[in-house]
Amino acid sequence: MADPILAIRNLNKSFGALKATDDVSLDLRHGEIHALIGPNGAGKTTLIHQISGSLKPDAGRIEFMGADVTGLSLSQRARSGLGRSFQISSLALEFSALRNVMLAVQSYQGSSFRFFKPVMRDASLIDPAMAVLERVGIADRAHVAASELSHGERRKLEIAIALAMKSRAFLFDEPMAGMGPEGSKQLTTFLDELRGEAPILLVEHDMDAVFALADRISVLVYGRVIASGTVDEIRSDPEVRRAYLGEHAE
Amino acid sequence: MNRSIPVNVVLALLPVGIALGAVAFDEPFFVTLATRMAILALAATGLNLALGLGGLVSFGHAAFFGIGGYAAGILATHALYMQPILTWPVEIGGTDSMPAIWLVAVVVAGLVALGTGAISLRTSGVYFIMITLAFAQMIYYFAISWPAYGGEDGLSVPTRAVFPGVNTATPMGFFAVCYGALLVGVTIFAILRASRFGAALQAARQNETRLAAVGIAPFRIKLVAFVLSAMLTAVAGALFADLNRFASPSMMSWQMSGELIVLIILGGTGRLFGPVAGAVLFVLIEHLLGGATERWQLFLGLILLGVVLFARGGMVGLLAGKPRHG
Repeated sequence: MADPILAIRNLNKSFGALKATDDVSLDLRHGEIHALIGPNGAGKTTLIHQISGSLKPDAGRIEFMGADVTGLSLSQRARSGLGRSFQISSLALEFSALRNVMLAVQSYQGSSFRFFKPVMRDASLIDPAMAVLERVGIADRAHVAASELSHGERRKLEIAIALAMKSRAFLFDEPMAGMGPEGSKQLTTFLDELRGEAPILLVEHDMDAVFALADRISVLVYGRVIASGTVDEIRSDPEVRRAYLGEHAE
Repeated sequence: MNRSIPVNVVLALLPVGIALGAVAFDEPFFVTLATRMAILALAATGLNLALGLGGLVSFGHAAFFGIGGYAAGILATHALYMQPILTWPVEIGGTDSMPAIWLVAVVVAGLVALGTGAISLRTSGVYFIMITLAFAQMIYYFAISWPAYGGEDGLSVPTRAVFPGVNTATPMGFFAVCYGALLVGVTIFAILRASRFGAALQAARQNETRLAAVGIAPFRIKLVAFVLSAMLTAVAGALFADLNRFASPSMMSWQMSGELIVLIILGGTGRLFGPVAGAVLFVLIEHLLGGATERWQLFLGLILLGVVLFARGGMVGLLAGKPRHG
């Protein structure tokens, strides 16, 4: 088995007396979707924040593509190919959907210290951005301000931005949240195909999607990974059933 | 459909109209007012880069305005008395050439902005406002405690600096230089806003986390914007000293910083011609109401209150509607 693209080793993070991340170790391998599940408040988003670089862990190590990225900032990790979406959509709200994606294309292409050429006449930014919007199915909304997009469209825009960065691995924090059954189904199909391009660490509450997509599942409770394995192993794990799954496991 | 183009054309021509009208009606004082409008609009255009595009509410831009003013005053004084400013390691003399003065103003203001910005931009929100104010006050007190250049009394500019091909001693000649500088400043603002840098800067205002999450470090973008912003404002300061033939410490006072912010809010934050609209309105209010009552600033306050409560986009927003972002 090849080395994992993303390796998290003994990560720890406390907020005061609260241990939000308790000695977590996880791998993300090439071509897989690794789902991270757990009850509310288990520390899933806190973990994603540490992996993406917006929070510093107290201890532990994060390796991405063989390099130690623990000391890198959010923007440095993003540039090295770690793309993330946010649990609560985080967009440049005054910009159109297209311009939100163009920002990612611009970052991927290199320097933002270019002062002369107007971006709206720059086909090298617009064309790849449009192509990505097309792919996630919101090309017809390209010129609508992000603030005026529907919830579902914003979720798709978040994914479009991560795609435009040509990320080598994705961290998706509840991409299905609030999407409705139809939207969730579409997105499930989409993510299913996406894993071939880059592996996905997926935080998700929608168990149908998780069971349909995940190659492996890790269960986080009180900041601790209580179980990690294939879908079948997790479904039949008595501790997981007691702590979290309940009726989902049937 | 897009009303911003005609509105911008009208605003761009407004100072010229006032200056030409003043000549036609033989009211030379209005040429001075139009010049004052152009200079304040240029200073506010500089601030608009940081505040309007980047959301960086600098409450210390008067420092850069004053640095420009003192650059003009100090260089012109040395040129007049033919005293070198520096004798070692190389001899540097004064100058009364505007381009040379602007270059000095831009370089000094840029370096000061780089230093103060690198510290200030580690904070945000109210703390950023306060720390920029603190730096500006430090520079202000430095100026008033420097007896060689006038201290609290300020520094008179013995002769107005010259510009190649223009007689800056005449009101219209000087107005032409100031107005030309304003147009160049507005053009720089427009080009920057449309560029990749401008896209990143505007994203930094809207959502800094989003900018970082696509891989662009917000700090460096904001720092460069802060420096460019200071440079434009410094050129305006040099012109302001030439207009008044006086570099006053009050150019660096916090009231001046506040005035620049007020201009932008009145005109339209982040709008291309917002500072022009704001400066025209401000100077007119100052002149018309200031002639009628000493308490004209009360009315300015009421107008500002009206804009903030009922016309958040300022005058440009009122006339041209909301800005569009591709």
